Amino acid sequence: MGGVHFLEFRMSSVTNFKIQDLGLIAYQEAYQLQKQVVKEVMDGGDSRILLCEHPPVITMGRMAKEEHILFSKMELNARGIDIEYIDRGGDITLHAPGQLVVYPIFNLTAYRRDLHWYLRCLEDIVIALLADFGIVGRREPGQTGVWVDNRKAVSMGIGVKRWVCFHGVGINVNTDLNLFSYIQPCGLNVEMTSISHIIGRSVEMDQVKAKFVHHFQRVFQSREE
Amino acid sequence: MLEICLPELGEGIEEATIACYHFAEGDSVQADEDVVEVVTDKATFNVPADQAGKISRLCFKEGDKAPIGAPLVIMEASGA
Repeated sequence: MGGVHFLEFRMSSVTNFKIQDLGLIAYQEAYQLQKQVVKEVMDGGDSRILLCEHPPVITMGRMAKEEHILFSKMELNARGIDIEYIDRGGDITLHAPGQLVVYPIFNLTAYRRDLHWYLRCLEDIVIALLADFGIVGRREPGQTGVWVDNRKAVSMGIGVKRWVCFHGVGINVNTDLNLFSYIQPCGLNVEMTSISHIIGRSVEMDQVKAKFVHHFQRVFQSREE
Repeated sequence: MLEICLPELGEGIEEATIACYHFAEGDSVQADEDVVEVVTDKATFNVPADQAGKISRLCFKEGDKAPIGAPLVIMEASGA
C-alpha cells in the first residue's frame, strides 16, 4: 500500500510539481490544505498535485441548488454524510471512498490564462486515463466532465484565484454508486458510473493515481508555451 | 474613481455570472484583496482590487451576467 506519496517532476523552468498523496482524508482537512497551498503557490512555491479519497460527503458548488439534495439533512446526518458549501464552480457532487479526487494547484499563467482551456485539459487527461483501461470516455456537448456511454464517470469543478487553480476532478474508480442516489449529480438527470463498474472488476487506486500523474504530465508538457 | 472590471477569462468566454461580492458598498478593501467572485462553466474566478480603497458601488447583483470588460465595482482610492 502507500501509493505515490511525495514525487516531484519538473515541467519547465517555471513549474516544478510536487505530488502529495493524502490517502483517505476528511473533506474539510483537505480543503484547508488546498487553501494553504494556493497561498504558497501565489507566493512562488512549488506547484502541487494533491491526490486523495474522502469519506462520504456532499459538496455544494457555487451554482448548486438545494433541491438537488434528494434526502433530508436529518437522514444524511444519520448516515454520517456531511454537506459542505464551497467556492468551486459547478453544482452538487458527492465524494466517497473509491473515488480518486485530484486537486492540481498551480499558476495557469505558466500555460494559458483560460478557464475553459484548463477544464478541457482535465477532460483530456481523464479520457486518456480511461483509455488505459480500455474505456472510451467522451465529452457531452455543452457540459463539463467525462461520460461513458450515457453515464457520467468523472465530475470536475475548479476555483481560480490570481490565476492559481484549485479544486479539480473526482474520478469514480471503485465508488459505491448507490451513494449517488442521495443527490442529483451536477443538477443533471444522469446516472453515475465507475471504472470498476464498467470493466467488471475492482481496480487498484494506486494504479489510477499513477496514471493520472502520467497523463497530467504528458498533457501539460505538450502545451507549454 | 477606480473601476474593477471583469478581466479576460479565456478564448470564447464573453460573459460570467456574478457568484458573490465579498464586500458591501461603503466597505474598505486592501490592494490585492479579492472583491468579487464570478462563475463560468465549472470554474469560479476571483477578481481582486488593484489598489486599496472604499467601495462606492457594486454594479451588479449576485446571479447577474456581466460581459467581459464590464465594471463590476466602483471604488474611491484611499489616500487619494
